[in-house]
Formats: sequence, structure tokens, C-alpha cells
Amino acid sequence: MIKNVEIMVIGGGPAGLCAALSASDLGVGISAPDLGVGISAPDLGVGISAPDLGVGVLLVERDDVAGGQLVKQTHKFFGSEKQYAGDRGIHIGQMLVEKAQADSNIEIWTDSTVLGIYEDGVVTVLHEDKHIKVKPERIIIATGAAEKFLAFPGNDLPGIYGAGAVQTLMNVAGVKPAERVLMVGAGNIGLIVSYQLKQAGIDVVAVIEGQPKIGGYLVHASKIRRAGIPVLTRHTILEAYGNGRVEGALITEIDESWLPIPGTERKIVCDTICLAVGLSPLTELAWQAGCEMGFIRELSGHVPIFDENLETTCPGIYCAGDVCGIEEASSAMVEGRLAGINAAASLGYGVSEAEKFRKDAMIELEELRSGDMGGHIRVGLEKMYARCKK
Amino acid sequence: MLINDGIPTKEDIVKVTPSDERFAEGPVVIVECFQEIPCDPCVKACKRGAITMSGDINALPVVDYTLCNGCGNCISLCPGLAIFVVDKTYSDDFALVKLPYEYVPVPQAGQRVMALSRAGEELGCYEVVRVTTGGKKNMTYTISLAVPQEVVMEVREVRYTRNGS
Ligand SMILES: Cc1cc2nc3c(=O)[nH]c(=O)nc-3n(C[C@H](O)[C@H](O)[C@H](O)COP(=O)(O)OP(=O)(O)OC[C@H]3O[C@@H](n4cnc5c(N)ncnc54)[C@H](O)[C@@H]3O)c2cc1C
Ligand code: SF4
Ligand code: SF4
Repeated sequence: MIKNVEIMVIGGGPAGLCAALSASDLGVGISAPDLGVGISAPDLGVGISAPDLGVGVLLVERDDVAGGQLVKQTHKFFGSEKQYAGDRGIHIGQMLVEKAQADSNIEIWTDSTVLGIYEDGVVTVLHEDKHIKVKPERIIIATGAAEKFLAFPGNDLPGIYGAGAVQTLMNVAGVKPAERVLMVGAGNIGLIVSYQLKQAGIDVVAVIEGQPKIGGYLVHASKIRRAGIPVLTRHTILEAYGNGRVEGALITEIDESWLPIPGTERKIVCDTICLAVGLSPLTELAWQAGCEMGFIRELSGHVPIFDENLETTCPGIYCAGDVCGIEEASSAMVEGRLAGINAAASLGYGVSEAEKFRKDAMIELEELRSGDMGGHIRVGLEKMYARCKK
Repeated sequence: MLINDGIPTKEDIVKVTPSDERFAEGPVVIVECFQEIPCDPCVKACKRGAITMSGDINALPVVDYTLCNGCGNCISLCPGLAIFVVDKTYSDDFALVKLPYEYVPVPQAGQRVMALSRAGEELGCYEVVRVTTGGKKNMTYTISLAVPQEVVMEVREVRYTRNGS
């Protein structure tokens, strides 16, 4: 059996949730075929014949709860009121999930992974241990990003984690993952996870950063610094050591060309090394769908080429959030909203309101990106649009 | 420097320090937010309109010290935990500093906690005068600490452990 849907959203993070909500707001699903509004199709295995069950918006999330990165962000978010600034990430996530759950035009599949997008427009999903085919009219890819790793001797020792993994253990599973941590990377993730480790009663010996400047927000850096965590810029890790698991790290100061300065090496005793050295967009599905891809450093690597409507080079496939450039939850939410509006309008829904909503979203994005911190995104998008026009 | 180690310099602090005359009038806000980031809850937090931003949400917050009455409402609403209130009129020898706190355990009024500087250095154990909660959703506590006048512009954090700090 093939399940027909109007809009399929892949990924239930802030971008995906907002995409589903805005598409529903414009009326997607109201006129869903056959059984009417947002019917949850009974799950029939492949090969079982059944009537064509239609649904407005189908949101598919790999994890057992939707929310994406937000489920572990216990700190208060930045942005403006429109993006729920001042609220904690977890609460923003819960609020979006509850809204989507209460929306009868949206069907949510959690614990379900999208496996592939094929030329005939069929999307395959692993859902409740079954391989299910979905035929959406529009697809929004909002799969987020994955943590980067770092190469150094000893990096395969137990006790070396991505910062996101430590955050999941701590804030989702409620496990104290370490006693003494060395954090590598002073971007927002390194700084925030250090703060959250400290909140969990874990010692953070230092945050080290290869760049001469702290990359994350300085208010985060100041907050951990005054709590006693040193932030050491122009420092890198040479190796991790330990017998069977991490017992410490050798760190060093580095010069402008990232070469270790002799005599500055020192040992840091710790049981855990946390890597917060950046994210890369999770673009496998876009590659596989045949979207044209481009390497744009400012957007953190290979991303699908998209236009101002967030549509990729495959007509009907849109992208939003970290998958099309690592940014923030605030911009991911607005991008999701924009992709949802555009996908819905392209199907003929809410065409009269769409223009205004689209403009509002564009203005919000511009505002979020207009400061110093948005500089690289502006450059990245310029490159993107230049490529897109070709 | 702030950008290399997270510690605001003296010059940074001077820029956000009210005048002596203003300090003499009573409690007043100090907003230690020095980088343009897309953020503006402080503006909405102050019902008296003492905090404004010119242009868009990336601008730095600007304080009108004549409008601020030091109520401290904005402290728990700043996601950057960058807002403090200082009251130099608390007593002859002691001043009050109000600061945000998000650790456990939470100290109670009357207990002594270790005061820390912007660099995390210990500045001595002082008494907590008041603790207010930001509520169920906000979850940030505001701690009022009485410290010697000389260090009130240094104390920006407290450390508290049940078995003594
Ligand atoms: C420590 C940390 C702190 C942060 N702090 C802030 C902050 O203060 N303010 C701010 O604005 N932003 C912050 N961010 C950034 C923010 O969390 C992300 O930018 C945002 O979550 C991106 O949203 P997204 O929806 O694009 O991706 P995600 O939130 O990553 O969601 C993507 C979802 O897609 C799912 N998925 C992936 N592949 C598949 C598949 N094949 N099938 C089904 N589902 C799939 C994933 O499981 C995931 O749930 C922070 C991030 C981190 C890690
Ligand atoms: S202390 Fe009170 S009056 Fe002063 S800026 Fe903050 S909220 Fe406004
Ligand atoms: S709310 Fe706090 S972090 Fe945000 S701009 Fe205002 S002072 Fe800075």
C-alpha cells in the first residue's frame, strides 16, 4: 500500500515542527481526499491492499519524541519574542510538539526513519518495524545536523564524546556522564554544554579553542568563566591518554598557523573529553533524492542548493533548518515556517495570505541575521543565491 | 580580554557603570552585555522602559538610569544571565548585589555563600539577604547578597554547596 500525503515533513526539530504547523495553518489537510481531515491511517504492512488513505501533513521523526535538538536545551533561548526568546529550549520544543499533536491536519510518526526519496516521488519510511511507502506531493527536508569529530591520537578511548551525546545523557536520560571534563570548542555548543555540566555538578577543567577568539556568545563565555571554568583560546588537544579509558589529555598553546608552541604543553587530568567542534548538515536524503548540492563553507559544508523559497533543485522538495546551513533554532523555526508556507501555497492553499506570511518570515530572518553573528550566514546565502541563479 | 577569555575588562565595565550620583540614589541595574547578538528580552522585561535598543534586535541594550528603579525584574529574564543590580545605599559598609543563579542547591536567605568575581576568583563568604524565584517556567533564581562596598562591583557569581562553600 502506498500512503498518499500532501506534504511530508522529514525531521521533527524546530524547523520540521514549524513547517508542519504553518502548512496546516494555510489549510493543508482540510480537503484531504477520501476519509477527510487528517485521518491517522491504520498501519497496514506493505502488500496489504487498503483504500487510498490520505493525510494533509505527515511529519516523520527518527527519535521517540519530536523536538529535535530542543529536547535537551535546558537553557533560555535568544532571539526575539516572535521566536520565544527567554523561554528554555525544552519548553519551546514541548510547546511546538503539543501544538502539532493537537492539530488534526498533522499526523506525527515518531520512532520512524525516512530511508530514501526516489525518482517516482515515493518516500520509504521505517515505521513500527515496517517498510512503508509514502507518496507525498511536496517534501520538506528538515533533518538537522550531526556532530563533527576530531582526529587526534587516543580519540578512540572510551570517555570521548560529542558534546551533544553528553547533553543527551545528562538532560534526557538523567545520567551523570562524567566527573571531570575537558571541553574542546568554545562555540555556543561548547560553552552551553559546559554550563549544563557545571549545573549537573560536574567539574569542567577547561574549555579549549583553537581560534584566537571565542566563537560562541560572549555572555555564555562570561557566565561559565565566572563560575570558575577557564576558557583557553589558541589551545588545542594533542592527544588523549589513559589505560583502557580516558585519564587525561595533553593540550598545547598554538600559534597563528595552528602549530603547537614548544614548551606550552600541559597535562589535564580528566575522565571525559567532550568534542564541540561543529556540526555538519545531515544531507544524505537530499543527495539521494538527486538535489544539486554545493559546498558552502559559511553554511557548514555540503548543502542542497535552494532558492529564496527554500525549494531545492528538485521541484517540490524543500529544505529548512540546520540541514541547509548550521544556524540557530530561532532561524530554523522561521525557515521551517517559510518552507511550510511555500509548499502549501504551491499546492494552492491559502494563496491570498501566503504572500504576507512569506514577507513576515523573510523580515524575521533578515533581522536575526543582520548582526555581527549572522555575518557568515549572510555571506553563505549570497553564495547560495548566486549559484542558484546559474 | 572578553573575546579571548570571557572576562569583561575594566574598560568594558566602565561603559555600563552608572554615575556615582546615580548609585547614591539607590539600587540600579548593570547590564553586562557587550556583543551584538540577536536578542532582546531585556527590553520587554523592563516595564519602566529603562532598557532600549536602537535599530534591531542585534543592537546593544542601552540603559536610561534615570528610569531604572533597581527592581531587578529584568535579571531572571535575560537569557545571557548578564544583568545585575547593585545597591550601594544598603548600609555604610555593605552594598547589595542582585545576581541570577541557576545551580542546585539554591541557598536560602541567611546562609553564607562564596562570592566570585567575573574571573571566578573567590572574594569571600557573605550572607544571602533574599532569594526570589523566576517561577516554574523561567526557573532562574535571583540572589541578593550583602557584600563589602569595595567589592560590590567585582562580585558577579556565588557558589554554594551544602557542606559549606
Ligand atoms: C548545545 C546546543 C545549544 C544550542 N543553543 C541554541 C540557542 O540558545 N538558541 C538557538 O536559537 N539555537 C540553539 N541551538 C541550535 C538549535 O538547537 C538548532 O539550530 C536547531 O535545533 C536546528 O533545528 P532543525 O529542526 O533544523 O534540526 P534538529 O533540531 O536537529 O532536528 C532535526 C530532526 O530530524 C530528525 N531526523 C534526521 N534524519 C531523519 C530521518 N532520516 N528520518 C526522520 N527523522 C530524521 C532528527 O532526529 C531530529 O530530531 C543549540 C544547539 C545545541 C546543540
Ligand atoms: S532593574 Fe527594574 S527598572 Fe531597572 S532596568 Fe531592570 S526591570 Fe527595569
Ligand atoms: S536579554 Fe540579556 S543577553 Fe539578551 S540583549 Fe538583553 S542583556 Fe543581552
